[in-house]
Amino acid sequence: MAERKIRVLVAKPGLDGHDRGAKIIAASLRDAGMEVIYTGLHQTPEKIAATALQEDVDVVALSILSGAHMTLFPRVQKLIEQNGMEDVLITGGGIIPPEDVETLREMGIGRLFGPGTETGLHTSGAGSRSTGRTKTPDGGFVAHADPGR
Amino acid sequence: MSHVTDTDAPATPELRREVERRRRELQELEARLALWEEAAARAPVRDDSDFTTVSGQPIRALYTPRDTADDDYLRDIGLPGEYPFTRGPYATMYRTRLWTKRLFSGFATAEETNERYKFLLERGTTGLSVAFDFPTLMGYDSDDPLSEGEVGKCGVAISSLADMETLFDGIPLDRVSVSMTINGPAAMLFCFLLVAAERQGVPFEKVRGTIQNDILKEYQAQHAWIYPPKPALKIITDIFEWSSRKAPLFNTISISGYHIREAGATAVEELAFTLKNGFTYVEEGAARGLDVDDFAPRLSFFWDVHNDFFEEIAKFRAGRRIWARHMRDVYGAKRPESWRLRTHAQTAGVTLTAQQPHNNIVRVAYQGLAAVLGGTQSLHTNAMDETLALPTEHAVRIALRTQQILAFETGVPSTIDPLAGSYFVESLTDELERQAEDVFAEIDELGGVVAGIESGYFQARIAHSARRFQDELEAGRRVIVGVNSFCEDGEREIDILRIDESAAEKQGRRLAELRARRDPAAVDRTLAALTAAAEGDDNLMTPMLDAVRAYATLGEIRGALESVYGRFQEPVGF
Repeated sequence: MAERKIRVLVAKPGLDGHDRGAKIIAASLRDAGMEVIYTGLHQTPEKIAATALQEDVDVVALSILSGAHMTLFPRVQKLIEQNGMEDVLITGGGIIPPEDVETLREMGIGRLFGPGTETGLHTSGAGSRSTGRTKTPDGGFVAHADPGR
Repeated sequence: MSHVTDTDAPATPELRREVERRRRELQELEARLALWEEAAARAPVRDDSDFTTVSGQPIRALYTPRDTADDDYLRDIGLPGEYPFTRGPYATMYRTRLWTKRLFSGFATAEETNERYKFLLERGTTGLSVAFDFPTLMGYDSDDPLSEGEVGKCGVAISSLADMETLFDGIPLDRVSVSMTINGPAAMLFCFLLVAAERQGVPFEKVRGTIQNDILKEYQAQHAWIYPPKPALKIITDIFEWSSRKAPLFNTISISGYHIREAGATAVEELAFTLKNGFTYVEEGAARGLDVDDFAPRLSFFWDVHNDFFEEIAKFRAGRRIWARHMRDVYGAKRPESWRLRTHAQTAGVTLTAQQPHNNIVRVAYQGLAAVLGGTQSLHTNAMDETLALPTEHAVRIALRTQQILAFETGVPSTIDPLAGSYFVESLTDELERQAEDVFAEIDELGGVVAGIESGYFQARIAHSARRFQDELEAGRRVIVGVNSFCEDGEREIDILRIDESAAEKQGRRLAELRARRDPAAVDRTLAALTAAAEGDDNLMTPMLDAVRAYATLGEIRGALESVYGRFQEPVGF
């Protein structure tokens, strides 16, 4: 079974310029053996979906600290689905209240990581996957790196 | 006098004897210290700290006169209000006037924020500080498609003069000073404020306050830019030139280390990058032909106050000394007001934890104490919930009370620069100055600040330091209470402020009404004149004020200049 590296698009939608977290996440996912593409700042949802398609990613990780997460997550999700990429895991982090995390989870968004998250939580054991589904029941992408899959 | 150098031959026999006595004292100290160090080396050492600052600066167990032996008191430390201003920018500091208690706030629409400002003024805040939402920070109107989801979320939405008039309704702009955290579109928001004052009957020369207007650190760290560096610097220089004649009480820039530090920089990087940015603005003004003494007195600074108590105090002190030395000796400024670094400070938002948020009150109190011991001129203390959302009134009140307790109960402001003469603090102040000078040399080698921005030097260095800190945290080499040690199970314990979409709807209606009400011919005419001024390289302030008076919106003014200047393209990397 051909192994290929997990491909992650780390994206900054909206107007906020806080990229400390996005860059740390991008660097630690790369160090954990994933292929990481970072979009840079101020991306529209349309541009993020187009990049996801073009780069054929498995995961889209959005970093949002502007309070616009309830607008931006669903928008990106819809555009990615319209591209026929239903299997792509949409995850992310930022300043997102727990109630909103729950609402977004119900809408099919993966786990969201808030302040104080250790980067090891994201990457432990991950780095490559065999073929198949990317999403896991808990919306994380720790489990699917299980080499037995 | 505690410190005398022996580099020059002393002029009198008394001085020669004094120098000889000091030399003997130091020799004796060396011998005693050697014994002490031997004994200390045998003592057990705690394993929960590596005894470096939060920036990675090694700290020794003990500092003595040996560490400050090279300091010359009058040359390096001096008196407050005198060159090189190490002890403070003003002669009598907090004995004459306490720092301004200035809380950064803004949310939803101008109406709601106006109410918050009145709430703060009634409770003893002494200056206002406007937090804008992201669309405003980026120069977009609230009804721009790119603004969707962000209107009023992280600050107040201001799209035109009409919003600014509402924001300061009932707040006299000749008596309350207003600080505005605005950079890319600083000129536009400055013009909104000036004309709002004009409509209150307050002439420009009586308007007091500050615009942040520090675009260089936007490219380096905070990222709310519009135009590329060269036209952006031109607009800033226009503001310096215009204001030195028309609005002389206004601080035309707040050269900011805050965002550089929050993005992950070390204390030395914050200090050095910020001061180097400041020198760059001075060079731009000089290149325009302005006399440095005409605009330098209105330059002000803005430091972060991080967790490492003494490092922060030393940073404030070193910053004043470096600025004074360069302004006098490199840029030839003659007025002491041009040498004097005045600063605002804000406790470090990045140190607040989502876990056990009440602990943040304590962090903020220590950081506020460091800022005051560092000699700040104004202070924002963060509210405990600011890592979760914009603060509630309850949290803001505690943040303000924290400053009042510091000002009136601790006795700290009673004497000036009380840590001067501490072997440790003086030595750390010297060390930070030395390291900052090394960074200046490195930036010069790259071709200066703009070249460093274009090549991504600053961005890469900041990201590297951020990563180092995160790695140290996760490896357990840094303890953050509630995050990687002393953790508690359970959910968040406090209520947070939520901003709904009604701000966006309200702003949409207000803008539609404004566009219907104003004189479209006047808007078109003044915007065309502004574009023409940009093409002709004229000072933009006068045509921009005309466009603002005609109620041209923020987005329209941004667009009128973007057609000439284009947009900044970020070098992307991580």
